[in-house]
Amino acid sequence: MEEFTCIICPNGCKIKVEKIEDGFKVEGNICKRGYEFAINEMTNPKRSLCTTVKTSYKDFPRLPVKTDREIPKDMIFKVMEEINKINLTHMVKSNDIIIENVLGTGANIVSTCDMELIFKEE
Amino acid sequence: MEFYDVVVLGAGPAGLAAGLSSYEEGANTLIIEREKYPGGILKQCIHDGFGLVEFKERLTGPEYAERFIKMVRNKKIPILTSTFVTSIKKEEEIFILSVVSKDGIIKVGAKAIILANGCRERTSKQIGIHGTRPSGVMTAGLAQYFVNIMGYLPCKKCIILGSGDIGLIMARRLTLEGAKVLGVYEVKNSPSGLTRNIVQCLNDFSIPLYLSKTITKISGDDRVEGVEICDVDENMKPIKGTEKFIECDGVILSVGLIPENEIAESLNVEIDNATKGPYVDQNFMTKVDGIFSCGNALHVNDLVDYVTESGRLAGKSAAKYASSKYKRALNPIEIPLNKFLYAVPQYIDINSDNNKVVMYLRSRDIVKNVKVIIKSRNEILYEKRYTHLNPPEMERIVFDFNRSSLNDYSIKILMQEG
Repeated sequence: MEEFTCIICPNGCKIKVEKIEDGFKVEGNICKRGYEFAINEMTNPKRSLCTTVKTSYKDFPRLPVKTDREIPKDMIFKVMEEINKINLTHMVKSNDIIIENVLGTGANIVSTCDMELIFKEE
Repeated sequence: MEFYDVVVLGAGPAGLAAGLSSYEEGANTLIIEREKYPGGILKQCIHDGFGLVEFKERLTGPEYAERFIKMVRNKKIPILTSTFVTSIKKEEEIFILSVVSKDGIIKVGAKAIILANGCRERTSKQIGIHGTRPSGVMTAGLAQYFVNIMGYLPCKKCIILGSGDIGLIMARRLTLEGAKVLGVYEVKNSPSGLTRNIVQCLNDFSIPLYLSKTITKISGDDRVEGVEICDVDENMKPIKGTEKFIECDGVILSVGLIPENEIAESLNVEIDNATKGPYVDQNFMTKVDGIFSCGNALHVNDLVDYVTESGRLAGKSAAKYASSKYKRALNPIEIPLNKFLYAVPQYIDINSDNNKVVMYLRSRDIVKNVKVIIKSRNEILYEKRYTHLNPPEMERIVFDFNRSSLNDYSIKILMQEG
């Protein structure tokens, strides 16, 4: 049996999950989302990752990026290593792909910033 | 001199929303921003979790800001960037702003002003830490700027003092970038940040959280070499004999935010000691006619979505006020400060044609199974049962009032068991 604090909503339910013969026994959740969260957390915990990549622009040395879907929690540092290899030399918009299918996780590393919008003079 | 109906100070989430709604209400609107780019602190908040209320999506800070910057640009609402307001004076019925920009010093006139200039972090000087002043002591927001905007890692082995959300977010961020975060130390006996941040920023990375502990001394000449940690008693006073030295090269402070009110105070806007921001009515007008406040300049929010909402409401009210001034009749809202940290607004203008109140409040303690009741004389305006109220998690409630029944009766907020 494992215990998790649910991160879906501010209630922060303490949920107990136990693997039983034909599924899972879940206790302590007050809603269905907590039920699903706890089972995922026990079987395949996933997280989204937000970080930055280096750019060659002097006035904008770091571009914020994210994974466009959740990746397995234990892949986070390996994915960081891949992201840290990048040096971006062209302008990008939000959602432009920086790394496709990073380490075969199915997730792309995408930009979360429209550089032109930032650079445009008011 | 250029004249506007409404001038908004700040182009962060509050200011952008205020500028948009003021413009949409028909007011000739100007937004003034001291930084080079609009977006405010969201530019450096690269983590996700923004916009769940506003857009029903999980956005990063830059993405959330971008949506509003695009809306403002599409409407061609002017934003003066790299521009700083040095003073505001009221001459007859017009506010005259002295503004410093790359074009020199100019004057701008406005019928109404919206203060959307956010909040500032408390620093080591404000929490009275003893010892030398080496480099490596910084606020969480500054560390965030170094890492996310500049691309510098400001420390390799650090401790974080205070369990506010930015501190928790930075614990994760510094760990991802290769720094070792030795622990988060909180002087209170419960964390200040949201539970979900404790889980996904600390527990996920096995960063320990120590409660009822604080830093009593920082050591180091040029650079931080270590800190002295102490247990604290129930009055948060360090307990002698519990001192422990921890070697580190950085101390990150996440010890609270305070609304920025230098300009408000220069205009004699009265400040609420509970929120540290101005007193306002349901239209977000401060006690000075024509001056509005919203976002984190009004009170420190935990969700940007509510910053946007207050900006939007303030913008609409300011535009209305600029088009036709009116006389107010302010009734105070009574709140038991032993049960609540604060509630905003603090006043109801019973002359206003707006009888819908959007109220933000925080309980003083962690409480379970309580009813929050809003009452006027014997009439119950609002009632809601909560299974759980937690000071770091702000509650938003909406209620209507009937002007005629309110004359001479103040509105009371109550918290009851049940």
